[in-house]
Amino acid sequence: GKNEYDLLVIGGGSGGLACAKEAAQFGRKVAVLDYVEPSPQGTAWGLGGTCVNVGCIPKKLMHQAALLGSALKDAQHYGWNISQPVHHTWSVMAQAVQNYVKSLNWGHRVQLQDKKVKYFNVKGSFSDPHTVRGLTKAGKETVITADNIVIATGGRPKYPTDIAGALEYGITSDDLFWLKESPGKTLPSFILYVSLECAGFLTGIGLDTTVMMRSIPLRGFDQASHISNKKQICFTTQQQMASLVTEHMESYGTKFLKRCFPTKVEKLKSNRVQVTWKNADLNTEETDSFDTVMWAVGRAPDTKTLNLETIGVKTNSETGKIIVDASEATSVPHIYAVGDITEGRPELTPPAIAAGKLLAQRLFGQSSELMDYDNVPTTVFTPLEYGCVGLSEEAAMQRHGSDNIEVYHAYYKPLEFTVAERDAAQCYMKMVCLREREQRILGLHFIGPNAGEVIQGFALGIKCGATYPQMMKTVGIHPTCAEEVTKLHITKRSGLDATVTGC
Amino acid sequence: SVQAHKEEDNPEKKMEVNGPTPMPVPNSYDYDLIVIGGGSGGLAAAKEAAKYDKKVMVLDFVTPTPQGSSWGLGGTCVNVGCIPKKLMHQAALLGQALQDSRKFGWHFTEDVKHNWMTMTESVQNYIGSLNWGYRVTLRDKKVTFENAYGEFIGPHTVKATNKKGVEKLYTAERFIIATGERPRYLGVPGDKEYCISSDDLFSLPYCPGKTLVVGASYVALECAGFLAGLGLDVTVMVRSILLRGFDQDMANKIGEYMKEHGVNFIREFVPIKVEQVKEGTPGILKVTAKSTTGNQIIEGEYNTVLLAIGRDPCTRKIGLDKVGVKINEKTGKIPVNDEEQTNVPYIYAVGDILQDKLELTPVAIQAGRLLVQRLYAGATTKCDYVNVPTTVFTPLEYGACGYSEEAAMEKFGEENIEVYHSHFWPLEWTVPSRDNNKCYAKIICNIRDNERVIGFHVLGPNAGEVTQGFAAAIKCGLTKEQLDSTVGIHPVCAEV
Repeated sequence: GKNEYDLLVIGGGSGGLACAKEAAQFGRKVAVLDYVEPSPQGTAWGLGGTCVNVGCIPKKLMHQAALLGSALKDAQHYGWNISQPVHHTWSVMAQAVQNYVKSLNWGHRVQLQDKKVKYFNVKGSFSDPHTVRGLTKAGKETVITADNIVIATGGRPKYPTDIAGALEYGITSDDLFWLKESPGKTLPSFILYVSLECAGFLTGIGLDTTVMMRSIPLRGFDQASHISNKKQICFTTQQQMASLVTEHMESYGTKFLKRCFPTKVEKLKSNRVQVTWKNADLNTEETDSFDTVMWAVGRAPDTKTLNLETIGVKTNSETGKIIVDASEATSVPHIYAVGDITEGRPELTPPAIAAGKLLAQRLFGQSSELMDYDNVPTTVFTPLEYGCVGLSEEAAMQRHGSDNIEVYHAYYKPLEFTVAERDAAQCYMKMVCLREREQRILGLHFIGPNAGEVIQGFALGIKCGATYPQMMKTVGIHPTCAEEVTKLHITKRSGLDATVTGC
Repeated sequence: SVQAHKEEDNPEKKMEVNGPTPMPVPNSYDYDLIVIGGGSGGLAAAKEAAKYDKKVMVLDFVTPTPQGSSWGLGGTCVNVGCIPKKLMHQAALLGQALQDSRKFGWHFTEDVKHNWMTMTESVQNYIGSLNWGYRVTLRDKKVTFENAYGEFIGPHTVKATNKKGVEKLYTAERFIIATGERPRYLGVPGDKEYCISSDDLFSLPYCPGKTLVVGASYVALECAGFLAGLGLDVTVMVRSILLRGFDQDMANKIGEYMKEHGVNFIREFVPIKVEQVKEGTPGILKVTAKSTTGNQIIEGEYNTVLLAIGRDPCTRKIGLDKVGVKINEKTGKIPVNDEEQTNVPYIYAVGDILQDKLELTPVAIQAGRLLVQRLYAGATTKCDYVNVPTTVFTPLEYGACGYSEEAAMEKFGEENIEVYHSHFWPLEWTVPSRDNNKCYAKIICNIRDNERVIGFHVLGPNAGEVTQGFAAAIKCGLTKEQLDSTVGIHPVCAEV
């Protein structure tokens, strides 16, 4: 018989909602399934996916809260008489953030309604390539059929299952943003951008925070990290930027336990959590107690309950992610996937949205435009932010050979840091270019305040094939941090001191 | 435009000079290059020339303001422009941040006051370090610096007069005039005696109190903006429109925002008299103003009156007539060709004094550097004055690059341009419930040219940081399609 819907989207996050809403624009019959399996700690949330509920949005807001803490300190240098000490109350912030997120959940539901997209709050699994069985929280079943199905179920935080007590006594980012009470003395464990961002803002609001890292920072954020971090004369971008970011965090009070990994997590009578770990450098075992232990050891694609094997959708055996081609198609006709769940794609909201929209346009709008995943800009919102677009130094070297690339770099000082007497030692930028005639720009990396705002425009330039001469022809806006990009002239190759003075 | 003469054409021509005896042209010179004016353009040129082992001298002198303010080496930007302006703007932004922070969970005393002296001292200390830094840099690069007023007295010859009145003569093969500008006064009774300008504001040794800002330039709006942000009672008196020369749609939005955030505006009036009611630091001044559209007269009392009605080039008293350099008699600006050369082949000019060029530090620096590279390093690159980005640091910042909407319509025809626009709500403004319909961005595209982006305008926080990259993209010929296909960074304002 005929399928009930033209398009069924499983997963109401960034990619899924964008796809559904775009398809509805073409007058198609569209349905969205969204369901949040509560975390082991029992946290759940509404429509909108990771970004809205437990990702970008609450993260940036809490990052902002921490930045405002710094601003309060700066303000005194600028003449504002604030009496010390200044306190932060977690619950005031958390409630404000959670209220805003809930307004977004509501907004999404209204949008779907306005666009006549049917929304089911059910957990979906495939019965056959055109049929999905949906289960409500109460266990009630719905059967939905569709001509085309898009899987956009995203990912959830991983737990280190080999560590006793990890699941029972630790939380993840899924829980952190919904805590009603302060996490207190926290140990975000392992290094991923999630871990650094959270540690960053937790320290910023005054909490005693320690980051435990097994090896190198920002692993898996950039590219292959088979390079050992011990004796690198020429640092990889990942290590260089990560060490600048973590150096900054250290100088502002975040503690780092490097080359350590936990072996055991236990609950104490006082309700605190005790962590035992091995220090690989000293070959010792240590313990300490915390109010909260947060795992940020990576995210796993949410495919377990989808029943993909039954219908033959191929996944990557190592990562579990769904394999798609350039048009977002899976191994099964009429079944597609977008967002964090897809193999080889950046785990970011904007590309998921863009891919979702383009997919809908190709399915229903006679478009043939494919998503361009090259040169996707991104930003890590650590206390000192890191924005980048394009290739890292080592990727460029790998692709073109180190003789064929030139890296321009500079250590700069934001004007606003001067009066505030803030240390700018880690404010840094570098531009990776081809050496040959045109000197096309392959990548741009920036550490400093408002990194996202700075990088966005340059990402456009790179999309236009910007060259180093064009960058030098662009006049700077004064006084900003971004203008330093248009003034980069010291090469790594020269070995000269890359500190630049503003005016 | 001025036709360039090759310097080789007139190597030893004797020039007519207003004086009893004509001055001879020296056969050898004291310096390869003398730069008159140690500001953004002048210093950049001098430092660049030193790289090529040229013998360079910089003459810099600050004539004190009517109120007696003066400053060190570095020019307008460093001392009484961009730098102190941005720092005081930052102080005001921090005041707003204090308010926001309560919503983000921070708590401290209810009543937070701002101390003008603490801020001004910090700012002046930083500026002092820059003045010092420049002197050290010049010394290191073996550029001779004299804190003396330079003026031409004959071909290839300047007279340098220091603070004590001691005069010295110097000769050079080439000169670069980079004397910049100073604030204009109203020309009404009481203006020079009682009013201050931006030249005085950044080092004012007392809080300005209730302030009347006269003018609608970016200087006027930026100053009014941060003064209000620091908690002062501010009124802006505007003769006609805001931000003449800027996109008027954006200018009006800036004005609206300032009005809604506590700045008073008196539109279509000009002051005709300023009198002192009470002496003091600050005292009380009475301002009488007349309507530009009728006969209405109004009066008001303020602690401080800040004039920001424009700036005039420092070109009328540097002896240009003695060497035959032509200036625009009305504006005082110096016309140059596209190689920054005046009508006198060995005399060049850069910076704010140039006719029909942008009054911006980065432009002056770029022009100065490239000029010197052409003179001494065989380079041919000329300064690119097209699509120069800029930012107005009003409370709601405005970044722009390229054509305003009205200029685009005039140049290309309304039917050939498409304007894409959007309001946006910065994520950081949500929690503290700040305005959700004020931030705004628009791009202007040329339909006939592949929808090329010819104008970019953004009103919002960190507008300068946002605009810089877009300016680079516009320099690369950005089209709407390329813009659409570029993925955003989330969540930031720039992704809009």
